[in-house]
Amino acid sequence: MDLYINIILLALMAITALAILRMTNIFAIVMLFGIFSFLSAVLFVVMDAVDVAFTEAAVGAGISTVLMIATMALIKNQEEKRPLGHRPWLPLLVVFITGAALVYGTLDIPAFGDPNAPAQKHVAPYYLEKSISDTGVPNVVTSVLASYRGFDTLGEVVVVFTAGIAVLILIGGRLTRPTKRRDK
Amino acid sequence: MKHNLILRVTAKTLIPPIIIFALYVQFHGDFGPGGGFQAGVILSAAIILYSLLFGLDAAEKVITPTVARILASLGVLIYMGVGFATVLLGGNYLDYSVLADTQVAGQHLGILLVELGVGVTVCSVMLLIFFAFAGRGRP
Repeated sequence: MDLYINIILLALMAITALAILRMTNIFAIVMLFGIFSFLSAVLFVVMDAVDVAFTEAAVGAGISTVLMIATMALIKNQEEKRPLGHRPWLPLLVVFITGAALVYGTLDIPAFGDPNAPAQKHVAPYYLEKSISDTGVPNVVTSVLASYRGFDTLGEVVVVFTAGIAVLILIGGRLTRPTKRRDK
Repeated sequence: MKHNLILRVTAKTLIPPIIIFALYVQFHGDFGPGGGFQAGVILSAAIILYSLLFGLDAAEKVITPTVARILASLGVLIYMGVGFATVLLGGNYLDYSVLADTQVAGQHLGILLVELGVGVTVCSVMLLIFFAFAGRGRP
């Protein structure tokens, strides 16, 4: 059952990606980005990664779309159609070879949910077994994020904070707006 | 979008449940999916929705950019402060077990405070970024 859902979702994502490539109306492209994010969020739900799906839906489909729309208000709505100035064959060949290498690489990756995968053998069993007795938190994602790997999460928060500072330095330096609007 | 009656009425009924849901995700992250990151984004989405429909000036009266800047730093300080508190109480940095009498209670308190810091910072930073972007189009 999961297999069919995955195939349908991945097919829809591929269709969305192709549609984004073909479109020139930026508003439609932004909406399709949101749809793409929602599809990947559903894919994460199918994989039982509910926390990741939650973040993807809130950040990828929600905030990013809003920020892109806010940016769109400042630019033109239509991408300019340019004649293709180069031959597509060399880039196509590069993309094809890279894709083939990536697919070849996935052949060595352990199957999804394989209990003998190296990632499941290292510290994951400890977290799963000890989370309740160590922290009393039933959601292991939260106990790993906030307690076992609390220092990593501190770094993540500082990254978010730094990103905010960077945006403010680049485009948002004004703390108070001039009270005088217009004299006329 | 200031004059669209249907959107305004719909948003007015939607914004309070969104804020409640953000608080639920924030403080229920121990038991269900979610946590500070998601809650912060959802809370900022509620204010951004308000700002899209009622104008940036109205939203900046709810939370001014200065307050957002202070809150953004405050969240990081809460997180780091919990770390320093555990050091002062004789534990390792961010070892919440020393915060309360029992290990489980200490961990619970520590996780709650840390997630609160995450939520405050993420929400304010998202709002600051949105204000910075949307404020560019203002005359």
